[in-house]
Amino acid sequence: MIRPNSEEELAGIVAGAKGPLSIQGGGTRGFADNAAGERLTTSGITGITLYEPGALTLVARAGTQLEEIRERLAKDNQRLPFEPMDHRALLGTEGEPTIGGVVAANISGPRRVMVGAARDYVLGLRFVDGRGTVIRNGGRVMKNVTGYDLVKLLSGSYGTLGILTEVSLKVLPKVAASATIVLKGLSDAQAVAAMAAALGSPFEVSGASHNPGTGETLLRLEGFEESVRYRSERLAELLKPFAPPRIEAKPDAVAKLWAAIRDVTAFAGKEGDVWRLSVKPSDAPALVARAGAKQALYDWGGGLVWLRTDAGSNLRARLGAFAGHATLIRASAETRAHLGVFQPEPAPLARLSAGLRAQFDPRGILNPGMMG
Amino acid sequence: MEMPKPNPDVLSKKDRIVSRLQDALQNGAVIHDEAETRAYECDALSAYRCPPLCAVLPSSTEEVSAILRICHEEGVPVVPRGSGTSLAGGALPTADAVILGVARLNSVLETDYPNRFIRVQSGRTNLSVTGAVETDGFFYAPDPSSQLACAIAGNIGMNSGGAHCLKYGVTTNNLLGVTMVMMDGTIIEVGGAHMDAGGLDLLGVICGSEGQLGVVTEATLRILPKPEGARPVLIGYDSNEVAGECVSDIIKAGVLPVAIEFMDRPCIEATEAFAKAGYPMCESLLIIEVEGSPAEIDEQLAMIKEIAQRHNPVELREAQDADEAARIWLGRKSAFGAMGQINDYMCLDGTIPVSELPYVLRRIGEMSKEYGLGVGNVFHAGDGNMHPLILYNANKPGDLELCEAFGADILKLCVEVGGCLTGEHGVGIEKRDLMTVQFSPEDLEAQMRVKDVFDPGWLLNPAKVFPLATSEARRAQTGEAA
Repeated sequence: MIRPNSEEELAGIVAGAKGPLSIQGGGTRGFADNAAGERLTTSGITGITLYEPGALTLVARAGTQLEEIRERLAKDNQRLPFEPMDHRALLGTEGEPTIGGVVAANISGPRRVMVGAARDYVLGLRFVDGRGTVIRNGGRVMKNVTGYDLVKLLSGSYGTLGILTEVSLKVLPKVAASATIVLKGLSDAQAVAAMAAALGSPFEVSGASHNPGTGETLLRLEGFEESVRYRSERLAELLKPFAPPRIEAKPDAVAKLWAAIRDVTAFAGKEGDVWRLSVKPSDAPALVARAGAKQALYDWGGGLVWLRTDAGSNLRARLGAFAGHATLIRASAETRAHLGVFQPEPAPLARLSAGLRAQFDPRGILNPGMMG
Repeated sequence: MEMPKPNPDVLSKKDRIVSRLQDALQNGAVIHDEAETRAYECDALSAYRCPPLCAVLPSSTEEVSAILRICHEEGVPVVPRGSGTSLAGGALPTADAVILGVARLNSVLETDYPNRFIRVQSGRTNLSVTGAVETDGFFYAPDPSSQLACAIAGNIGMNSGGAHCLKYGVTTNNLLGVTMVMMDGTIIEVGGAHMDAGGLDLLGVICGSEGQLGVVTEATLRILPKPEGARPVLIGYDSNEVAGECVSDIIKAGVLPVAIEFMDRPCIEATEAFAKAGYPMCESLLIIEVEGSPAEIDEQLAMIKEIAQRHNPVELREAQDADEAARIWLGRKSAFGAMGQINDYMCLDGTIPVSELPYVLRRIGEMSKEYGLGVGNVFHAGDGNMHPLILYNANKPGDLELCEAFGADILKLCVEVGGCLTGEHGVGIEKRDLMTVQFSPEDLEAQMRVKDVFDPGWLLNPAKVFPLATSEARRAQTGEAA
């Protein structure tokens, strides 16, 4: 395992690399397992380099542990708004998630449906490309359209265009209160309709999830206390036609409910492969019906669907053509190699993506084969 | 401002190019008469003008594809144009370029409330997107000042923002997908009604690429439910430092207003003389707007007022009704017009870390004296996006150049304190030559490599964004490719 302690050292290693590198942050997402090559971790490149609570900005080196960032932000009553998932329970991995890994994989939790994805909170970054050159893009201010937005391109590029060394993030204040409206006994289609009604209301729903296993549909509201109380009552009224709503307002209970959705704990420790579908929300129930999965979990109002399937089965073949994509999150190495982790792109897009990889990594040494 | 010399080969075959374009398009879609092409000689950065070879106004994605295929074969540069409201010269043509205007592509293609998106053709104006959904209780969030006129195509090209992006984000945060035509005529679909990219985030890099990667003909946009209500409060202070501290304290307290606007004394005075909004005469003025139900608004404004009082304001006025709210916004919304009454002005767009606000305002004041040019500041304080307006006299020889030099110094200052050259207007030609202040040669090279992939011949809007010297080798090959 190669473990550089600085951006400069990393740049030297990449420039002098004789073969492929399999890149990881804390190793909790297991994505690096999909790429051949010598294992390299950014977990040695650490430290929060700037934090300005009044400007809602935090800058940290890529290997900084997520937990350290959470603790630092909590001291000033702030948080990462995009609520990144912890993959350890689902994947059975160990180690500590790093901020670089979160950004490289664009990991966003339930709040994504209201506030946006991880990539929407990355203000700037530094990375080492496949030549060993250090490149900077974006900055640490919230509005910045200076030059091309490589920040978005690198967020979710899984190390295939460059190895992140530093990220600059927009953070937000923690909320004073939260509540969850619970509906029971809805079919998948009814649940998606109820979530659409809630998300289309002016009540600022910050989480919308449905678990067919428990039959519970959950809608989260966050903000100042009075406001949450007011919106809970109004939203509950709006949702009455779907099922009798129950309002859960105990802070611990609400936090626990959403941590479980964020981390897909309902699938943890259970056999089979795990897929993640990104779809148009109203298409989700029909796709789930077609998938014939062992277990399903809806998040993002139906825009995100987690499926647990028989090991080795080809979900993409079963679903056929649909608007969106299916990513294979958990499976044996053989299945991942056979089916591919990422959904194959249409030819013109695949050509552009391959062209970009060739430009940023001309020797093809950064996580080769991972994304195509 | 230097622009590349037109390619004589392209100029000499104008007739053939025009005739091929006419064959490919419906009647009247090709404008080539010299008197008529003048309508396309500039955008809102009107100090720079050059009539194009011709202008084309396609009516469909297929026509855009046909145009680009022809231009690709003929080696003709193409400058995409939305509504021509760019303040950065993003749509400025060269004499050998075809202007591709999307004005006729203005339909709503699909409205989907359960999935909260609208699909429109890209020539549709920003405000008319909201217009198409507001009776059903929805709106499209990005709201650039030019929203009455500006097109979604241009918004995507420049990744436009607006006064309310503190809460709702800018174009890139509200864009779900595009139909785009590549320079060789290939039509691609990127993204859609689903939320995240399945592979590399191509949509993320297309947004804000200033028309250099492709021509967007359709866009899928996120629409949001309209809040129950909104209310502004106006707060005056006798120093910029204190106003800056107040903004910082509000943000730290966890209140997230939809807008925090800031005006300084020169701007307040000009605005008051022009619009008579009844603003107090003071050093700095904040307009802060919050949204929600009446009770929620009361709750948030109570916190804001409590913080504001701690800093001893000279004025604190909460709108009691819609009329008073309109009066509070009146001055802010007429600020640019008011400054224009005094003189010609150049509007800058740098962003700074909000903590640097007092220092940057003081330095701008000092530089204003050194240059002998007046400057007013009106900007989005919540996110540090400044809009200094430098006053000059366009009829006075040398004044424009002096103003540009002053502007460049302000933008360099923005970069120096940790900010950037442009927060929402884009680079265009205006900030092109300052890019080396913010980026290293390697940083720029990485960006240009993206263009190499999408437009290997560098025919799409080639003289923008990158300093001419930096992009010269790449642009030179277009002649050879043709």
